[in-house]
Amino acid sequence: MEIGAYSFGDTQLNPDGSSRSTAEATKNLFDAIVHADRVGLDYFGVGEHHTVSMPASSPGTIIAAAAAATTQITLGSAASIIGTDDPVRVFQQFATADAISGGGRIEITAGRGSSVETFPLFGYDLNDYDELYAQKLDLLLTLNNSATANVTWSGTARPSIPELDVVPRPVQGSLPIWIATGGSAPSSARAGRLGLPLAYAIIGGQPHRFAPLAQLYRQSAAAAGHTGDNIKVSVATFGLVAPTKKEAVERMYPGWVNLNVEMGRLRGWPAPQKASYLAQVDAPNAYFVGDPDDVAERIVALHGHLGHMRHFFQGDHGGLPHEYLMESITLLATEVKPRVERLLAAK
Amino acid sequence: MHPTIGILGAGRVGTALARQAVKAGYRVRIATAQPAADIELLVNIVTPGAEAVEASEAAASDLVIMAIPLHKYRTLSPADLTGKVVIDAMNYWAPVDGVHDDFEADARTSSEVVAAFLGGSHVVKSLNHIGYHEMEEDDRPAGDASRRALAVAGDDPAAKELVQRFIDRLGYDAVDAGPLAAGRAFQPATAIFTGSYTAPELHALVRHPLAA
Ligand SMILES: NC(=O)c1ccc[n+]([C@@H]2O[C@H](COP(=O)([O-])OP(=O)(O)OC[C@H]3O[C@@H](n4cnc5c(N)ncnc54)[C@H](OP(=O)(O)O)[C@@H]3O)[C@@H](O)[C@H]2O)c1
Repeated sequence: MEIGAYSFGDTQLNPDGSSRSTAEATKNLFDAIVHADRVGLDYFGVGEHHTVSMPASSPGTIIAAAAAATTQITLGSAASIIGTDDPVRVFQQFATADAISGGGRIEITAGRGSSVETFPLFGYDLNDYDELYAQKLDLLLTLNNSATANVTWSGTARPSIPELDVVPRPVQGSLPIWIATGGSAPSSARAGRLGLPLAYAIIGGQPHRFAPLAQLYRQSAAAAGHTGDNIKVSVATFGLVAPTKKEAVERMYPGWVNLNVEMGRLRGWPAPQKASYLAQVDAPNAYFVGDPDDVAERIVALHGHLGHMRHFFQGDHGGLPHEYLMESITLLATEVKPRVERLLAAK
Repeated sequence: MHPTIGILGAGRVGTALARQAVKAGYRVRIATAQPAADIELLVNIVTPGAEAVEASEAAASDLVIMAIPLHKYRTLSPADLTGKVVIDAMNYWAPVDGVHDDFEADARTSSEVVAAFLGGSHVVKSLNHIGYHEMEEDDRPAGDASRRALAVAGDDPAAKELVQRFIDRLGYDAVDAGPLAAGRAFQPATAIFTGSYTAPELHALVRHPLAA
């Protein structure tokens, strides 16, 4: 089981509640990735997000920088909002990072994105959402699967590509490309039919309820003739590890409030209640906030339902003090991972 | 004999409602805009007991639930739905789903716009103000003091009654909020939309809908 982290960037707050700089948040994210590599974390995902509180708008850029500064960790987007980006550019950025890394550590995860900021920002119409996503994913896969740099593609979501070179090529010929979904059944079936690995973003409820979806994914893949290493599931959840459960729950809470107040302003939610936070921090609920034993046991319990091969966590939001993120990453790599391996081996 | 249930949409809401309706003993047919064969595996695994059908067959049920992204409402077939009792579980929620002129520029509620497009259907707005995973978690037996209530708005009393009985069997109290236009009280960003209430609480709120 691979253990990882992901982040959308997390802008720190001043004592008066105002935001510190998004540049600082970007540097913090870079530092967290380098730290994760040093302590032995398996994976770091950078989400594409376009807000002041979560400013990781350009995953490919951070990942290219991190590729040069790390030696073992797998790096990927989590996710690239492919429908409103140019797949050629996304592919080129990640293939460039792959070259810098020496090859084999760079992945792309294609997603729709859970919010819609990229549509006005890049001038797209939300009514074209499905079509943009389908065509641009097709182009990304065409580029990745091409035997040579010379690519031909036609579609309406972007100008066609008549026998043009798209470079550099990935060191190992192609990059792993994942599909991200928040758990709609049609998306699981589609990923299976395409034969692509599937990343579930589980942000609430009870994660083990995704079991039928993972089964649908695997059976859809099998029915389409896809077998082998590419058929695999990863899981992204909220999570923060601290020396004790009590500390973890307390550390995560203020940022959770800030995030929910911000989302609530946009979406008309009422003030967040501590009870609804606390209702989610224990098994079998969605927030993996705890000490190493608690988090490891919950990963392994979920593995019994989903059979996932990677679990990665977002702990930094709403201005989580940076040192708490760094400590959580250390504990994930050095305390949680060995426990997970021991528990899985004993099964 | 229970009415047959047709669900348009096999996303988060459509599949959760399908499972909950099967559990309540209904015959459930579910469809997307794709051919039935495309969702057969999905239905077998994710909503066992329901049947994958074409959208026109789902529309031929006694009670039809619209659970598709609202911006696709024009892909629904008014002809198939003429004379039908149709629950509108869809929301216009611009901060999450984006701005759509059909709803932004229209003073009516989203359900009235959809009802006008369908023309001849008995549209009832409900099931829109409960999260998809709550649909299978918050149900309680009738009479339970903590039972959650769901609001129901519509212009046709018989249609509303059918929907209220369905909601009761799913495990929720149904509260009559008035005509379809009164569905404004439980659109996104209202107190009802963002909260969870028992029937007495919801009764009070539909009479005095406060903004959240
Ligand atoms: N998420 C919630 O908690 C929640 C709660 C209450 C209400 N709602 C509302 O419920 C609606 C559905 O939300 P969701 O989260 O379930 O969406 P979703 O997961 O995106 O699923 C939408 C489904 O609709 C299908 N569809 C699209 N056009 C169709 C057509 N013409 N006929 C039949 N099926 C069609 C899609 O399949 P194909 O594209 O393959 O056809 C897909 O299966 C939205 O309006 C939402 O506002 C959501």
